[in-house]
Amino acid sequence: MRRRTVTSVALGVAAMTVLAACGTGGDDTGGSDAPASSSGAATTITWWHNSNTDPGKAYYDEVAKKFEAANPGVTVQVTAMQHEDMLTKLDAAFQSGDAPDVYMERGGGELADHVEAGLVKDLSAPAQDVVTKLGGSVAGWQVEGKTYALPFSVGVVGFWYNKALFTKAGIDKPPATVEELIATSDTLRRAGVEPISVGAGDKWPAAHYWYYLALRQCPQQVLQDAVKSLDFSDPCFVAAGTELEKIVKAKPFNKGFLSTPAQTGPTSASGLLATGKVAMEMQGHWEPGVMQGLTEDKKGLGENLGWFPFPAVSGGKGDPASALGGGDAWAVAKDAPDAAVDFVKYLLSDEVQTGFAERDMGLPTNPAASGSVKDQALAGLLKVRDQAPFVQLYFDTAFGQAVGGAMNDEIALLFAGKAGPQDIVEKTQAAADDAK
Amino acid sequence: MTSLLGRSSAAPHPGPGVTPGTADRATARSAVRRGPSRSGGGRLRTALEVLFFVGPALALFVLFVVWPVARAVQFSFYRWKGFGPLDDFVGLRNYVSVLQNEVFVGAFVHNMVIVGLSIVVQLPLGLGIALLLNRSMRGQGLLRTVIFVPYVLSEVIAGVVWFQLLQPQYGVVDGILGAVGVAGPEQGWLGTPDIALYTVFGVLTWKYLGLAVLLFLAGLQGVPHELVEAAQMDGASWWQVQRRITVPLLGPTVRTWAFLSMIGSIQLFDMVWILTGGGPANATTTMATFLINEGTKRYNYGIATAASVILFAVALVFALLYQYFVLRRDVADADADARRGVR
Repeated sequence: MRRRTVTSVALGVAAMTVLAACGTGGDDTGGSDAPASSSGAATTITWWHNSNTDPGKAYYDEVAKKFEAANPGVTVQVTAMQHEDMLTKLDAAFQSGDAPDVYMERGGGELADHVEAGLVKDLSAPAQDVVTKLGGSVAGWQVEGKTYALPFSVGVVGFWYNKALFTKAGIDKPPATVEELIATSDTLRRAGVEPISVGAGDKWPAAHYWYYLALRQCPQQVLQDAVKSLDFSDPCFVAAGTELEKIVKAKPFNKGFLSTPAQTGPTSASGLLATGKVAMEMQGHWEPGVMQGLTEDKKGLGENLGWFPFPAVSGGKGDPASALGGGDAWAVAKDAPDAAVDFVKYLLSDEVQTGFAERDMGLPTNPAASGSVKDQALAGLLKVRDQAPFVQLYFDTAFGQAVGGAMNDEIALLFAGKAGPQDIVEKTQAAADDAK
Repeated sequence: MTSLLGRSSAAPHPGPGVTPGTADRATARSAVRRGPSRSGGGRLRTALEVLFFVGPALALFVLFVVWPVARAVQFSFYRWKGFGPLDDFVGLRNYVSVLQNEVFVGAFVHNMVIVGLSIVVQLPLGLGIALLLNRSMRGQGLLRTVIFVPYVLSEVIAGVVWFQLLQPQYGVVDGILGAVGVAGPEQGWLGTPDIALYTVFGVLTWKYLGLAVLLFLAGLQGVPHELVEAAQMDGASWWQVQRRITVPLLGPTVRTWAFLSMIGSIQLFDMVWILTGGGPANATTTMATFLINEGTKRYNYGIATAASVILFAVALVFALLYQYFVLRRDVADADADARRGVR
């Protein structure tokens, strides 16, 4: 149940330069090897995670204790942080070369950058059995065939909708194609209901539309090649923008969507859905949890919450069952002791993943835990994810923020009517060529 | 303590060749000139004293201002993602790419628009309110407080409050407008690219008008009452007194305020970041939001630091030009006054 909020840390100009100055620029973290034996001498592992509320926090403390009991001489130092705080501190830790032993990686280009900078340990050999067990899920955390992090929760993006508002407008089934989505929106408008909320102010929720349309338009192979080659010359990428323009022109979005934030406050995109002001929103697996936090009774939409996959695009070359998603994985710092690898393997074990699933902390990746998810919405998503022939990692994560950020900016401009389908491809390509 | 006494005991002796009663400035100057003729021990002692008192402040300044600025300049010549070795030297490429970036150029224009609007709108408004509040009336203290309260509020809190007030459809502003039959903009005040910058400026005016009024009120206290009385005696109306006497004498205060306002507008960040984050469609980006976005969000630290160096240069150039062309008059006036006063 992780929010995928892009860091919105309001650092001042001065703070920024100070921060930058703190980086130890020159030295390579791979230089000095920490004592790498867990036998005999006392070893301490530092672990940062973002489950800072119960039941997750208590569960992870318990997990650490169990690991310590099974591995005498090893101490696990657990630090639970709020998600945004953790991301900021991780950035600072990487800059100063003082990263925690076990931490979270979101995969894709970001991970590739960390790998290139020599910050992450290759887990392919020491955790080979776990990699095999997790199967396709680990793809997003592999760089040049090597696995650098083990995903513990992977979810998919789709439309969350308010069943009561759909019924009120006389809609009996969720739309299955983009044309139907537009028609459904028109029907909702006529019934006096705002159809879709989108947090275009934060850019990435808007960008998800383009990602999904590219996933529908482009064959799987083209996307997988693009992630590696950063070549966006295939016409399906422009086609995705054309399709998106069609949706935007139909005006299904909430009033003021260009400045609507994703999930902060009741007037955010998630807040509007949670309070029944709009009928649907496209968001990730974290949405029910976010909505619960945004309503006074902590229930979100409760029984009225429904989910349907992103609609199909006529003439698209992608598999309509494939999904856009992403998740979180445990990574081990390059100079961490071997016990840290054992600990990460333990975190992905049947036992811990089942406990993780039972507490509805996310969508477990270990097949042994699949049956243990209690929350209905999450259990439904898990099925969708496992049946999807292909789960594409969010493009901005996959390409890295330098390219992804430029892409998101341009997609947001298309939402504002200030850029066209061709612009998105051109600007993304330009940023990619710059980053190469 | 002893060193202090030592120095003060040396001071009273008038220098040779300086007759008592000459202007203070001359004494001061000769005292400086006399310095080197002192014994070597005295010089060392003076140097140590200076070091002792200035040292800690200087060390902090170097550590937290000079060093980070120098590092930022260094980073701006590299392509760097915020971690790993700093080894991808690209020369001036980051600067070229920042200056060619249409978002940055747009951001610069937005900064200039805010600088211009602040002077054109806030100056007359602030001056008018200050003149009004300077008249004795009932509730004067209360009114002054009300005007000044927004300035005391934390920028982020004010930003969040205005963000909610300006929400399309459900916000208070749209609610009030709707009640009198006026529809707010379709996409909301902050969501419509064409008006978002002016909305932000409106909030900035609300926030910073208090400072202008406070400074002007303080300046008004320095306007000699005799001048006003003399003018009134000669039959000048209230309006004439303000126009011919008060406002001209307020000049130095106004020029100082304009300087502060200008530098603040060039470095504008927090309010924009909270209200719009630079959006919609880059309609409200400032140089500062651009560099934060490039740095902390996209991890293009080279680009971000290049932008910060450019921002620094722009602010410096503006400050120096303003100092040279506008503030120098005030300094020159003060010098002339001092000289006149002595003779």
